[in-house]
Amino acid sequence: MPFIPHTPLDQQQMLEVIGAPDIEALFDEIPKGLRAEKLNQIPAGISEMALGQMMNRRARQDEVDLCFLGAGAYNHHIPAAIWDLVARGEFMTAYTPYQAEASQGTLQLIYEFQTMISRLTAMEVANASVYDGATALAEAMLMAVRANKRNRSKRILVAGNIHPQYLETCRTIVKPQGLTLDVLDYDPRTGRVDLDSDRVQDAAALAVSYPNFFGGLDPVDRLTDIASAAGALVIGVVNPTALALLKPPGHWGENGADIVVGEGQPLGIPMASGGPYLGLMCCKKQIVRQMPGRIIGRTVDQRNRPGYTLTLQAREQHIRRGKATSNICTNQGLLVTAATLYLSLMGNEGLRQVALQSHAGLKNLVGQATAIPGVQARFEGPVFHEQVLELPVLAEVVVRKMAERGIVPGFDLGVVDAGLDHCLLVNVTETKTGEDIDAFISCLNAVIQSEMSPC
Amino acid sequence: MAEVREDLRYQSSHEWVRLEEDGTVTVGISDHAQDALGDVVFVELPEVGQSVNAGDDIAVVESVKAASDIYAPIAGQVIACNDRLESEPETVNESPFDDGWFFKLEVTDPNALASLLTAEAYADLCASEEAD
Amino acid sequence: MLIYERSRAGRQARAQYVSAKGLDGQIAEDLGEHLRQSEVGLPEVSELETVRHYTNLSAKNFAIDRQFYPLGSCTMKYNPRGAHQVASLPGFLNRHPLAPDANSQGYMACLFELQNYLKEVTGMQAVSLTPMAGAQGEFAGVAMIRAYHAKRGDVQRTEILVPEAAHGTNPATAVMCGFTVREIPVTNDGDVDLEALKAAVGPATAGLMMTNPSTCGVFERQVQAIAETVHDAGGLLYYDGANLNAILGQVRPGDMGFDVLHMNLHKTFATPHGGGGPGSGPVGVGPRLVPFLPTPMVGSSGGESPTYRWLDHKDCPDSIGRLSCFMGNAGILLRAYAYARLLGGEGLHRVGEYATLNANYMAKSLEQAGFTLAYPTRRATHEFIVSLSKEAKNQGVTAMDFAKRLLDYGFHAPTTYFPLLVPECLLIEPTETESKAEIDGFVSAMAQILEEARVEPERVTTAPHTLPISRLDDVKAARDLDLAFSEVAEG
Repeated sequence: MPFIPHTPLDQQQMLEVIGAPDIEALFDEIPKGLRAEKLNQIPAGISEMALGQMMNRRARQDEVDLCFLGAGAYNHHIPAAIWDLVARGEFMTAYTPYQAEASQGTLQLIYEFQTMISRLTAMEVANASVYDGATALAEAMLMAVRANKRNRSKRILVAGNIHPQYLETCRTIVKPQGLTLDVLDYDPRTGRVDLDSDRVQDAAALAVSYPNFFGGLDPVDRLTDIASAAGALVIGVVNPTALALLKPPGHWGENGADIVVGEGQPLGIPMASGGPYLGLMCCKKQIVRQMPGRIIGRTVDQRNRPGYTLTLQAREQHIRRGKATSNICTNQGLLVTAATLYLSLMGNEGLRQVALQSHAGLKNLVGQATAIPGVQARFEGPVFHEQVLELPVLAEVVVRKMAERGIVPGFDLGVVDAGLDHCLLVNVTETKTGEDIDAFISCLNAVIQSEMSPC
Repeated sequence: MAEVREDLRYQSSHEWVRLEEDGTVTVGISDHAQDALGDVVFVELPEVGQSVNAGDDIAVVESVKAASDIYAPIAGQVIACNDRLESEPETVNESPFDDGWFFKLEVTDPNALASLLTAEAYADLCASEEAD
Repeated sequence: MLIYERSRAGRQARAQYVSAKGLDGQIAEDLGEHLRQSEVGLPEVSELETVRHYTNLSAKNFAIDRQFYPLGSCTMKYNPRGAHQVASLPGFLNRHPLAPDANSQGYMACLFELQNYLKEVTGMQAVSLTPMAGAQGEFAGVAMIRAYHAKRGDVQRTEILVPEAAHGTNPATAVMCGFTVREIPVTNDGDVDLEALKAAVGPATAGLMMTNPSTCGVFERQVQAIAETVHDAGGLLYYDGANLNAILGQVRPGDMGFDVLHMNLHKTFATPHGGGGPGSGPVGVGPRLVPFLPTPMVGSSGGESPTYRWLDHKDCPDSIGRLSCFMGNAGILLRAYAYARLLGGEGLHRVGEYATLNANYMAKSLEQAGFTLAYPTRRATHEFIVSLSKEAKNQGVTAMDFAKRLLDYGFHAPTTYFPLLVPECLLIEPTETESKAEIDGFVSAMAQILEEARVEPERVTTAPHTLPISRLDDVKAARDLDLAFSEVAEG
């Protein structure tokens, strides 16, 4: 019996102690008519070896040679030490650290993580993470409505160049509580948003993405100042790798952003079909009691030794029930472990080099691609490591044809906006060599040539 | 046994209410309530100027193991809050009836106080809770 | 010592990146006003220092791989290494979430089959795998209840009923979904008070959320009458899958009359808890709620060699929508799929049997050792409650003291002080993967602590004595918030 250790003798002795004739008798409080038939629709169990063979075949089916997709999940190098350590049973098979004395490993690690993330974002406090970047943004919106005491508004102004799947997620999560998402159109020339103070009057918050979905950099100082002056909180959605080079949200404008969220996946987490990842969440200390999720604090034990514990738990569902800040119970503990190891191994210079090389690689690719007749950068202005190429043929066709040749070239923006059906969102990270980029260019060139040539 | 002051009125949610000479009322939490909560670590106060209805939850008191809402006993307007509780929440434990007050209200109808629990009725309530 | 205290300016783990020359000048020009001017603020340590620091930290954790972990309502069973290994194959780890369907057939085949297995174990009509944890599954489930009533124009249903023993997420979720909550009392033997429920239902009832077995560790015997009462009032019935391990293969929520449920794959399907996540909380629904399931889901062309594709809002226009940027905690879904394949239908059926055998044996053994069961006349399910109010009154030794002292004996503590309605309680769940010998060891540790409580109570009330720290000052932690390290504060 897989994973059940009982011998026939154990079982017999246990039933004797209970005073039951057989296991079936232990279910005698369940009304007879409700008892289930056998689980016939589930195939018979297989050995670990057979499972491995079957899963190997399936995993191999999904391999591609080169992938230039970004759009919210990024292929960075993952140091070998990270998952070796993360997979240790002491990290992987521990529970939420309610018993602090038996969980100092996880608790101290999260405290270190909170320190790293708050410094990277230049924010006062960070929590122990939420599910992913998109849900972190939804939680930030709910938090902003609770925290904004200057107006009782439930309107959130959202930059229209935020990841469209973040926006969809937010709609699902915040709609039942009566929030409205007011989407701010982006400038079709630059892909960036601007703001006048009338538009943000009486909004609980402004949410802006940095970089935005198209890879570009919005005027965050100006946006922050206008929103703050109008009484709205500022929510920044950031890429943590980018912050090695970009102005951190704590320093935007005069007062900085109020709440910062982001997708932590670039920090040592494999792309793995979209999860598990980790949602980063930070805020100003003044509104920390409105922040959802686990928060670890440092304190002392009875002998005055430093120790780490879950704190501010009275905000959470297990105490506050219907009045909790959120129903969230978990953080993404194991991914926090990976991200903390990643940031330790990279250090200041390592993270900066990853960001610099990703940016330089993108410039190389875009420079070569725009030399192909009919290909141009769709938006003007500064970018980080992702950019939109406008193609002379449908992006959907380019994606399909290049994928057939083993290169996934990027994200077809026609999927989210019919007006951008000739546009491809391309990402380059430090993992792409000059040869990889050359391969991309020659493949793109070939596909465009064949599509453009009269048949 | 927790102290119940004779000259105050109470709510079953454990707030005490004192009618001041100028007709305003002061609200805090009882000795019984602070004892049940344990060490208070945070108090969230209403905004001065805020209008409140009887029964509105307008403040929160938080200990390590619990968080409780504080309800307005009668309708009125918040005219003062005890800012000291923001930096020294332990005052609620140390002096629940005096230094640990929460907020003052200017009330529309001081007679509404009559509907609140008397000290005697509140003492009975506490006794029955302690017996449980 | 913190990793920051090991940091030395200028020390680097240089194997992890190549520095390219000449990019620094260019970047200032490229980014202009966007360029970061301040320190990044990460620690500067070598690779060995990092590995050693975090390996040593890991040794300060209790974990299933090291200790028996009978945490009630958390189902801390063995997490098979084989499931972890196959989910970590390069083809799965390197797959981008937006990869074309043609490059995703292996992954989608696993998900499609998992959807079917979960339908079978729950007796539901359709399953969506996307919720990322139990709490998000609950959100999805209650949001579907809301969408169902809204679609019918039945907008006066604003209330969700919750038994008072319920997990705190239930009321928190109902409020997140825009409902008000009404709590229903529980009788002295742990069942929902049916008369109180009948009095509470009405035209405002949107639904009832409950677990079965309940958080009291007993099977709700009147579940059919409860379902009938709620359905007759026009409400829907939500099953919180927190305790699904108890009934796996024995009785199915769909057959009990539930309209919607979530499952905790990190409990029932043995995926690791990871020190507090990731979880995975798929939802299953009966016929009335199928159109409202969250997207994306996996659809199949059917036939001998099916092809799979994503179902999104175009296929499911009434869906409550998307719950994460991509597709939930995909890696956890693969582990759960692998677990289901290793066990098969027969193995999953045995899970419920042996989880129940272990819990009943442990309950009876503890009772014989002098402990008080909260519901002595009831069968235990996969878990049960011991109440220590007698010990608290007589020796001044509380449930928390017992929990802390157990750590000294090398056992993780059971869940303490939940459910709230049983005073001084320990909620104990052994799971099916523990042996009789392990359970006997735990019972004998409990008996020894009981003896200590009689003769030397301070030994118990000041525990733990053998761990890296003793009990922490939680009041200081909450009053003097220290949430991030600062060198300045350290002087």
